[in-house]
Amino acid sequence: MAGVAVSTTINGDNVEYLCQPDETLLDVLRDRLGLTGAKEGCGTGDCGACSIILDDRLVCSCLVLGAEAEGRRVETVEGMAHGDRLHPLQQKFLEHAALQCGVCTPGFLIAAKDLLAKNPDPTEEEIRFGLAGNLCRCTGYDKIVRAVQDAASVMKGA
Amino acid sequence: MRYIRPHSLEEAAGLLAGSTGTAAILAGGSDLLVRMKGGFIEPDLIVDIKAIDGLGEIRETAEGFSIGAAVPCALMGESAALKREWPGVVEAARLIGSKQVQGRCTIVGNLCNASPAADSVPALVAAGARALIIGPGGRRTIPVEAVPTAPGKTSLAKGEIIEAILLDRRAPRSGDAYLRFIPRTEMDIAVVSAGVNLTLDEQGAVESARVAVGAAAPTVLLVEEAAEVLIGSKLDDATLERLAKVCSGACRPIDDKRGTVEFRRKVAGVLARRAATTAYARAGGK
Repeated sequence: MAGVAVSTTINGDNVEYLCQPDETLLDVLRDRLGLTGAKEGCGTGDCGACSIILDDRLVCSCLVLGAEAEGRRVETVEGMAHGDRLHPLQQKFLEHAALQCGVCTPGFLIAAKDLLAKNPDPTEEEIRFGLAGNLCRCTGYDKIVRAVQDAASVMKGA
Repeated sequence: MRYIRPHSLEEAAGLLAGSTGTAAILAGGSDLLVRMKGGFIEPDLIVDIKAIDGLGEIRETAEGFSIGAAVPCALMGESAALKREWPGVVEAARLIGSKQVQGRCTIVGNLCNASPAADSVPALVAAGARALIIGPGGRRTIPVEAVPTAPGKTSLAKGEIIEAILLDRRAPRSGDAYLRFIPRTEMDIAVVSAGVNLTLDEQGAVESARVAVGAAAPTVLLVEEAAEVLIGSKLDDATLERLAKVCSGACRPIDDKRGTVEFRRKVAGVLARRAATTAYARAGGK
């Protein structure tokens, strides 16, 4: 079966790939492009572990077809750090120990990045509500919320 | 399987009409991709409608609003004009799924998925929304409540696509509201729900009303008797009591793990009453 030829932008780079018409963008990122930051948790849009930003909207990449990325802008967790310099959210997740097993972490980082881009000074409730589409079975969420609050104050000062 | 992204509605309708095998329309994909993953559907053709001009826009027209079939619910929440005129419709659309799902899901998809528990549908039915359909026979417009015919089934013919949802411009002193019951605080499916849309006269009495109940029958119910109860009233306690009773009585719910028949009946009345109170206040009633 011939693939679908896709030309897109991922983390600022022009990327071209061939994918099957029923292949998800998550599978394309992980299996064809080696971008394994986005994780497959449920595969049905419930857990948020595969979160990416598609044309400025936070989405689950398991609910997007690879073919749909044609001509669009994709941001993944791999684009957050600049070389060795971590994004403030990544730095604060480390400092606050806002992760244990780490499977949900890339999704939380991307969702928090999207949240702070749209609301740089969120209340605790807005953070909890904004991250409700991401499930974590280790941390109990509290440390994640603290890390996002701390990152928000650092980013405002920057 | 083929994936095609047409650039016109005519082309999309033609592809669907001419398809052999299973064809599916892709907008947000938050139902379609889950069904594909679960093996419930194996489309031979997927028609992605997001590249069609105008389908991703909310347009304000002389008659009201036209919400394109590819408009994600998040965008509805960003439209100040839509929120001002139809706050109940917007709050219902914004209850679907998580933020991630909101970035993709559409009210047309919610309608065509034809779940009795669809959140946006009772609000749209209460709002008197219409579906603009394009198909091999041209264009037609039908009330939203005429689209779902049973769980998972719609009245759309082969080759037909809902192009947009149409909402009227608001008369003065109008308000709408939508409420659902879920056992969590967010990201869940309605156990039962209610949408109410009211217009008041100059004295603050209800002049016209539409009441819809969700997740209480195979399709969303438009409860005309409930509207009659409200008309002429200022939503005094006795009226609200009768509204609740009529809505409870109209329910034909199922028993399942999320709620019993008895619970759904009772809560349908409670939610209709509360939604009516909110809609009344939004219409400026005191």
